[in-house]
Amino acid sequence: METTDASVVARERVREVAEQPLTREDRANLFRYMVMMRASEERALTLYKQGKVPGSFYDGCGQEAISVGAAFVLGPMDRMCILHRDLGAHLIRGVTPDRYLANFMGRADGVTGGKEGNMHFGDRKLGCVGMVSMLPDMALVAMGMALAFKTRRERRVAMTFFGEGSTANGQWHEAMNFAGIHRLPIVFVLENNRFAYSTPNELEFAVDPVERAHTYGFAGVNVDGNDVEAVFEAARAAADLARAGGGPTLIECQTMRMHGHGAHDDMRYVPTEMHAEWARRDPIERYAERLVADHGFAPDEVEGIRSEVRSYVEDCAGKAVASPMPDPEAAATGVFADAFEPLGDGHAPWSLWSQGQSGNGNAPMERRPA
Amino acid sequence: MSATEARGGAGLAAAPAGDGRSATVREMTYLEAISDALRTEMRRDEAVFCLGEDIGAFGGAFKVTDGFVEEFGADRCLDAPLAENAIIGAAVGAAVEGLRPVCEMQFADFISCGFDQLVNVAAKLHYRQGIAVPIVVRLPSGGGFSGGPFHSQNPEAWFLQTPGLKVVAPATAADAKGLLVSAIRDPNPVCYLEHKALYRHVRDEVPEGEHAIPLGEARIARSGDEMTVIAYGSSVHLALQAANELDEDIEILDLRTLCPLDRDAILASVRKTGKALVAHEATRSCGVGAEVAALITEEAFEDLDAPVRRLTAADVPIPFSPPLEQAVLPQLDDMKEACRELLAY
Repeated sequence: METTDASVVARERVREVAEQPLTREDRANLFRYMVMMRASEERALTLYKQGKVPGSFYDGCGQEAISVGAAFVLGPMDRMCILHRDLGAHLIRGVTPDRYLANFMGRADGVTGGKEGNMHFGDRKLGCVGMVSMLPDMALVAMGMALAFKTRRERRVAMTFFGEGSTANGQWHEAMNFAGIHRLPIVFVLENNRFAYSTPNELEFAVDPVERAHTYGFAGVNVDGNDVEAVFEAARAAADLARAGGGPTLIECQTMRMHGHGAHDDMRYVPTEMHAEWARRDPIERYAERLVADHGFAPDEVEGIRSEVRSYVEDCAGKAVASPMPDPEAAATGVFADAFEPLGDGHAPWSLWSQGQSGNGNAPMERRPA
Repeated sequence: MSATEARGGAGLAAAPAGDGRSATVREMTYLEAISDALRTEMRRDEAVFCLGEDIGAFGGAFKVTDGFVEEFGADRCLDAPLAENAIIGAAVGAAVEGLRPVCEMQFADFISCGFDQLVNVAAKLHYRQGIAVPIVVRLPSGGGFSGGPFHSQNPEAWFLQTPGLKVVAPATAADAKGLLVSAIRDPNPVCYLEHKALYRHVRDEVPEGEHAIPLGEARIARSGDEMTVIAYGSSVHLALQAANELDEDIEILDLRTLCPLDRDAILASVRKTGKALVAHEATRSCGVGAEVAALITEEAFEDLDAPVRRLTAADVPIPFSPPLEQAVLPQLDDMKEACRELLAY
């Protein structure tokens, strides 16, 4: 399926991207989205405690660097299947916190209009196919999107997330194997947050999943999942490789789920010292320090981003709470589609995508020639 | 929706193009008609592609895609590893990105290995997120040739319990083509049950080129006034043979599509004849027969002259040995006896 011309163009592109550092504004954005994820989830937890969230509450506290760092590399026409610890990826692609909060509350203005709860959403207009509870089913769907890109010779990438728990499921093997056979343009982001609900790593696998990548014919990369720029760099390299026809990459991000599986989970299975150790590696606090120490940000500037985001999320919460409940009549609608509508493109805040590009988004790199 | 009357009377003669235009027809087998539908759609629309096990150079276990790699290339007749969830999942992803995948399960039975992707991902995406999933899953189904418990099943009831899936089960070659074409063009996941016993034994006139039969329209396969046999797939042929041998005034309604079900056609026929036998090769409990019988009793009770009857497989796995298999699957004598009993009621 690979063409020589496309490979040459892609190699040029890889060089161009490699020389493209993160700008000051990019770093501010990486920080901003991580803070927005945590602030939104904290606000949602409050709504849950107030009884406004039916069912339970799930978040990705402590894992913000992964979804933010990985999603930040994507161009508008790239596609994602996002999981329940990855709100940052939704925010980057353009889902606003009010729609996220409304979704948790089952409101009409939630991303799914009340059809689905909590993080089981994906905004199709922003190029995302939302998750199902069976894991890692979406790895196969993302793989199918990558298959379409490769078949049509488009320079596009599919990205999907899953936890280390789901690597025990047979569908994980099916996804890795199929993607490896066809060298599909896909980035698999594995979040090893130490526990599958309550089950620790040592009862999940005998061999770490990242070690298995090469047996499927592609690279496995181990990164510090609490370092947003490390995740970004790994995802950028993986996306570049995929665009160049080099196939998939499995990125294992080492992290820790700092909250329970859901708000109902008291985490009695987590050793206190382990939790404390990971708390010292908090991805947001680490990056705040680094922005000041290494990248010339003033402490006030960093605090300014925090308060600006908090105030924005509070406005969003007001909007979400004001959203009506869905009309019960809507329950019977939408089982079948009347027509096919393609997915839309997502936001792509990385400065690369708005610099030196002709037209918008990934064009013309990712479209096949007419 | 209404039943369309088959021209050329009873038997296996196919209806020509549904719009009444005279179409060039060619006699072909049920299997050739499936291939013809795939070829026609793949020539018409480059987004259409096939995905399945051994379908490429080998042409498929039943040779439905024989010669496809030569005509369309390996990318559009893609050999998949032995991983049914990967086949369905890849199809879902490709479909939401604008392709039109047609998946082949080597045997309908193996859909169990891809069931999660089908019922949890494909079937619910539009309801949950407004994302249309235009995929077709071809399911070579049915028994009668000692395939045993894992190569003989008729799994349609599994799908009918899953909102979001359409289910199609053609009986004639003309319908095999016309319904597959419509399934490919439909924006939803469609389970397409192709009965293996019909592959090479059913042969009728099939319109060449463009030929699409709308999903959800039943067909009167044989007109009659004394009773109605409501059937689909292989049971249509069993009913036709029984009616002809009995030489009775039996109407045979071929459902063609199980979801959406042509309720109007069922009720219209039963209101006319007053007696209904629902026949299928799938197992009995909670099957299509149960649903159709419930529909009739709810909506046409006053028009009935007899209880609604069912002729189905017994509620057991399909055994291997011929006498055992024949004891489980409805046979011609069973169909004749069921008709006789209902006519005499």
